[in-house]
Amino acid sequence: MTSVHELMDYAEVIERFDPVLGLEVHVELHTNTKMFCGCANVFGGEPNTQVCPVCLGMPGALPAVNGKAVESAIRIGLALNCEIAEWCRFARKNYFYPDMPKNFQTSQYDEPIAFNGFLDVTLDDGSLFRVEIERAHMEEDTGKSLHVGGSDGRIHGAEHSLLDYNRAGVPLIEIVTKPITGTGERAPEVARAYVTALRDLLKALDVSDVRMDQGSLRCDANVSLMAKDATEFGTRTETKNVNSLRSVERAVRFEMTRQAAVLAAGGTVTQETRHFDESTGSTSSGRTKETAEDYRYFPEPDLVPIAPSREWVEELRGTLPELPWERRKRVQQEWSLTDAELRDLVNAGAVDLVTATVEAGATPAEARSWWVAYLTKEANNRGVELAELTITPAQIARVIALVNAGELTNKLAREVVSVVLETGDEPEAVVEARGLKVVSDDSVLERAVDEALAAQPDVAAKIRDGKVAAAGAIVGAVMKATKGQADAKRVRELVIARCS
Amino acid sequence: MNSLIRSTAAELAAKIASREVSAVEVAQAHLDRIAEVDGAVNAFLHVDTEGALDAARKVDDDIAAGVQVGPLAGVPVALKDVLTTEGVPTTVGSKILEGWVPPYDATVTRRLKEAGVVILGKTNMDEFAMGSSTENSAYGPTRNPWDLDRIPGGSGGGSAAALAAFEAPLSIGTDTGGSIRQPGAVTGTVGVKPTYGGVSRYGLVAFSSSLDQAGPCARTVLDAALLHEVIAGYDPMDSTSIDAPVPPVVAAAREGANGDLSGVRVGVVTQFSGEGYQPGVLRSFEAAVAQLKQLGAEVVEVSCPSFDYALPAYYLIAPSEASSNLARFDAMRYGIRVGDDGTRSAEEVMSLTREAGFGPEVKRRIMIGTYALSSGYYDAYYGSAQKVRTLISRDFEAAFATVDVLVSPTTPTTAFPIGERTDDPIAMYKADLCTIPANLAGNAAMSVPSGLSDDDGLPVGLQIMAPALQDHRMYRVAAAYEVARDAALGATVISGVPQLAGASR
Repeated sequence: MTSVHELMDYAEVIERFDPVLGLEVHVELHTNTKMFCGCANVFGGEPNTQVCPVCLGMPGALPAVNGKAVESAIRIGLALNCEIAEWCRFARKNYFYPDMPKNFQTSQYDEPIAFNGFLDVTLDDGSLFRVEIERAHMEEDTGKSLHVGGSDGRIHGAEHSLLDYNRAGVPLIEIVTKPITGTGERAPEVARAYVTALRDLLKALDVSDVRMDQGSLRCDANVSLMAKDATEFGTRTETKNVNSLRSVERAVRFEMTRQAAVLAAGGTVTQETRHFDESTGSTSSGRTKETAEDYRYFPEPDLVPIAPSREWVEELRGTLPELPWERRKRVQQEWSLTDAELRDLVNAGAVDLVTATVEAGATPAEARSWWVAYLTKEANNRGVELAELTITPAQIARVIALVNAGELTNKLAREVVSVVLETGDEPEAVVEARGLKVVSDDSVLERAVDEALAAQPDVAAKIRDGKVAAAGAIVGAVMKATKGQADAKRVRELVIARCS
Repeated sequence: MNSLIRSTAAELAAKIASREVSAVEVAQAHLDRIAEVDGAVNAFLHVDTEGALDAARKVDDDIAAGVQVGPLAGVPVALKDVLTTEGVPTTVGSKILEGWVPPYDATVTRRLKEAGVVILGKTNMDEFAMGSSTENSAYGPTRNPWDLDRIPGGSGGGSAAALAAFEAPLSIGTDTGGSIRQPGAVTGTVGVKPTYGGVSRYGLVAFSSSLDQAGPCARTVLDAALLHEVIAGYDPMDSTSIDAPVPPVVAAAREGANGDLSGVRVGVVTQFSGEGYQPGVLRSFEAAVAQLKQLGAEVVEVSCPSFDYALPAYYLIAPSEASSNLARFDAMRYGIRVGDDGTRSAEEVMSLTREAGFGPEVKRRIMIGTYALSSGYYDAYYGSAQKVRTLISRDFEAAFATVDVLVSPTTPTTAFPIGERTDDPIAMYKADLCTIPANLAGNAAMSVPSGLSDDDGLPVGLQIMAPALQDHRMYRVAAAYEVARDAALGATVISGVPQLAGASR
């Protein structure tokens, strides 16, 4: 799509309209097996290797519900302060598409497992915004279509399509908000903060990989505008393919400015699905349907209803972890962090890592300086998440201990860590193998000092004459000769002792 | 005629176990019979000669080695082509699955194999089990061995005709609205629809998921019971299968054969008589009820007023589910593909394939079902039908509060001539008038022959219905009745089947 959009200046949008958001987030659960069969639920396998008669929709095959997925759905519902249905069913959503093996999706319709909840999200200034949750329901993912031969990988213009059913039947939870109003100019920020909070929550619950780049967390953003004096919501658009937290914010902002321009010009917003383009930050119209799709939902006759006992629900409530924002509050107090320090820690995704490092013996300040300052840069250079670095909090704690014992200088410690990051070896082994330990044997250092004094007799003379400041040149030479493995303070003491 | 093919399954099993005859000889006798008469009957869509002989050989080897084998080991069975068989074609009587070889066995298939039951092949059926005459098969109609110009019932006409033509002593059918019982009735054989959830549906190509139920077909009540116990039981692969012990149907059949039904309360459903019922069928039914009384049963009339609405409710629920179940036949992964010449979109290929692959009755039901589920019509059609379904279940509950089993004719008429009802779907649907309520409520029901109609000399079926999981009740009544009936006739009903000429038609 190359059409050029008329956009309204953002300040003017806010002056004339109130934005209304609705966010639909799909989460792939990281259960061992798929929603309705025993196939492995793993991202990135060779196409069509994680399939069986059930998830391929072979004639005669039947689904059987993955109990672990139901458990995850209930825990998510509880963490979102939802009510948990005493009795609910799956339903069939009927529509034809080649990557959907049965040509219906087994989903939930008017009987979701969790409903009527809320999530309090923290905005950039530290204030809280409550997002009301309409429902969280269970469903299965579809396969993937790869359109070949077109210019942009979309179906339009493609010569043929390849189908991969590995993802078909992967358990999904769809979390739908109620209409989010009252955000004003902060609508894009609220959208991002909500998805961020949801991601952190799901991560803490350990139910999903929550990787937006791999599609295990996907967000569809519904945006509409209402004029300041209006009493009813405007027509909304639904933007798909929003694959990062930043994109959520950009997509909402773009739609607001685009819709405002349409409305200001006397036009009407078309209710449609739109596609977000990461490279341009704009949205484009998806396939416009001549008529509304009729999914002909009806209760799935192949599955019996789900009726979680109240005892089970309460048992699962007991498994909820400390929620991420509660934990942050506690950490901030215990470690006496400023708001800015806490934000850096959270933004780096280092709360867990620093906590674990502290538990392994380091002080919070030491641990933070390693993870937030040094290792975050290393992770960025490698293009991986902080937690994916091949070094553990326990290893960092041991490196810190070596520094504190005087066996490593800070510079040597960084060298050790960078070797660990490359090789995955234990820090102690690296120190040993590469001879990186601080040279603390005085006889070795004295020999080096003598050699340096002999090499620079004029400097040696100055020192003997009492010009102690000249000792720096000798210390430098010794440090160079020992490849930085000496303790400079001790070297200086030795130089002065030799010359007195 | 070779006596092996006229034996009951129980007799064959005993002879094979005692090595009086080998399983291979038994299989070969039936394969020979199929070769001789199936050109005329067309009960089989696929005969698996090698697979059957291999399975029979395995049973003979096991018995020779002293391995403990099951009660039906070595006995041949004919499997309705709606159940998947790994490595053996499964078409569901449809063009759209022509040439499809499933990569997996249905649970019923697996249980048969594990029990050493020898699968001879796959039987003909109305396409996707939609029909009451087997005329809707894409592979030509099956003919009734009692009169080759008449229908063998449907949808499982192939499984019933195979029994009546002595091509197999046992067969498996599936019953969504009567597809086991009505063919049983019009071919003079026994057909049982177990309690819904009693037999796993895994691998049963779905027509209507909430109604479909596989069950045993045989020439005697005891044989049906023996087969019932082989295929029944909980299966985690089918969420709707019941996690409870299999009802003791073999013991009940043996008990019933003693011929005493004193203390058993039998309810005659008053809704199933009158207009539309062939007089000879009603007379046969009345005679059967009289015999039940003679056996000591207490007989009362029971009214089930909601049964009058069963047929219309069924023709909304079954097509609704079918419209969704049959959506998967889209040429993408299996079955035929039409129009894929490089110029057409996937959507066009799907459409052309379904146009060419489905027959008219299947299309009619997909359209009815799609309409009934549509937004704006759902409550009036699908929703109302589900309410009727609840009312029918309540009628059954009320009835079973006062009686142990209910009885009725299985079908209003005897076998009608091929072609008679093909242009009149409503007349065709009425063949299932009496059988549908048990599917809607999910309880057990069976048909047992009640002799021949005195007006046309064709077989009539007595339907016996029992509450869910009380399948053994109806077996007891059926076995007792079977003994009394044969004593009164001086012969079995099935012995009246005319000799079939070997010539193919």
